[in-house]
Amino acid sequence: MSINYRPAVHFNHVAFSYGETPILTGITGSFPEGKITTLVGPSGAGKTTLLKLCNGLLSPQSGEVYIKDKPIEDYEPVDLRQLVGIALQSAPMVGGTVYKNLSLPLELQGKSLSKAQAKELLHDVGLEEELLDRKVKDLSGGQRQKVSIARTLVNKPAVLLLDEITSSLDRTSLKEIEELIVKINKKYGTTIIWITHNLQQAREIGDFTWVMMNGEVVETGESSLLNDPANDKVRQFVMGEAQ
Amino acid sequence: MSYLTLSITLIFVVIPLLLSKTLNLGLERDTIVATLRSIVQLLAVGYVLKFVFDSESLVYIFLMVALMIVAATHNAQKKGAAIQGITSKVAVTLISVEVLTQGILLGFNITPATAQYIIPISGMVIGNSMVLSILFLNRFTSEIESHQDETELILSLGGTPKQAIHTQLINSIKASMIPTIESQKTVGLVQLPGMMSGQIIAGADPIQAVQFQLLIMFLLLTTAAVTSVMLGFLSYPTLFNRRMQLMKKDLI
Repeated sequence: MSINYRPAVHFNHVAFSYGETPILTGITGSFPEGKITTLVGPSGAGKTTLLKLCNGLLSPQSGEVYIKDKPIEDYEPVDLRQLVGIALQSAPMVGGTVYKNLSLPLELQGKSLSKAQAKELLHDVGLEEELLDRKVKDLSGGQRQKVSIARTLVNKPAVLLLDEITSSLDRTSLKEIEELIVKINKKYGTTIIWITHNLQQAREIGDFTWVMMNGEVVETGESSLLNDPANDKVRQFVMGEAQ
Repeated sequence: MSYLTLSITLIFVVIPLLLSKTLNLGLERDTIVATLRSIVQLLAVGYVLKFVFDSESLVYIFLMVALMIVAATHNAQKKGAAIQGITSKVAVTLISVEVLTQGILLGFNITPATAQYIIPISGMVIGNSMVLSILFLNRFTSEIESHQDETELILSLGGTPKQAIHTQLINSIKASMIPTIESQKTVGLVQLPGMMSGQIIAGADPIQAVQFQLLIMFLLLTTAAVTSVMLGFLSYPTLFNRRMQLMKKDLI
């Protein structure tokens, strides 16, 4: 990846396994600060594991992960997870209302979120403020995902990790979420690391891309590499996805 | 009751055996094993108790209580095998409950410090604590497994392990305590408790039997609350490592 950018997250020979099963082997590379990098590759390539290594939900068995040039283990886990937020495909919610979910990150710190702040957050992610008191179980897939992103933004993360957040959405919601992520990236300078199965999305939204297969990074570079991959395996993968 | 009279009560074993045979329930073998085991175990306990009561030695009382705790721990820990170090956690809980309840009973001179009181009451406390531990561990492990997403969500938002597991922990504590509280609400209306019935049958004054039963019921409320809360707060930290990560492998 281009050396002109300061890395927000850097992996140095990182390996991870569940028991005897290796998931990631020898991962080295950087995610540039303030840019959108997509992670693409077949299922089981280790993309979600890599994401969870970025905010300390998992720790590598060997190698080092750096966040803003500082080794990840030098961060207190709570501080690290506020600095590096994550939004998941399933957009898990705690029971209750949208407001309860938006308040959660501050509640965990013993603080509270005002209704006005909550409405501003909803506005930021393109949701009506009337949704504030709605039960989360009554939200549509797109609304749920937007609430999940808004909730992650409460901590004002410098790095935002997205795990297939648009995979189960209709086309309209998908476009809205894409626009929202680009807006967050531009407005706050947030570094985005985005797992997607949608190569079109990776080409259009991503500045850079990592292609992962079998626990390894097989190709990295600007997103345009997906148009004409140099690596044979990547070429096969891209052609397979296109069909 | 003579042994001859007791042997006539085996009619109550023959009835389920006949029903099982007639309806092809296939429970004959289990019924016979259960009957034989209860005869041997209870008679053995009866003779051991007689020996301990006659000896009036604190050492034997201590050994009896220790044996109860070991057996109860062994039984309860199976349900929490997924939780690291669960045997010692269950043992510490049972010992604490026993020390607390006997400490209050003997400390306030509510019951005399004799084997006749300490052993049966300890049996009820430890037995109840064992059942509570099993109920709690069953519920807690299933709550953790079914709410992993929520736990990870709270961790990912900067929550501590205690915050991440709070709802599951409270739900499990409440769920395990409910049967004790509910059964006490209907006591006397639906059924007469076994200990009270036994005392009345043995010729005790019903009011005194009720007083003892109330003592036991209050004791079991404390047992239920302390067991669930203590086991819960001893168990949850082992589900996380020092980097505040949920150790999933332990739940599979």
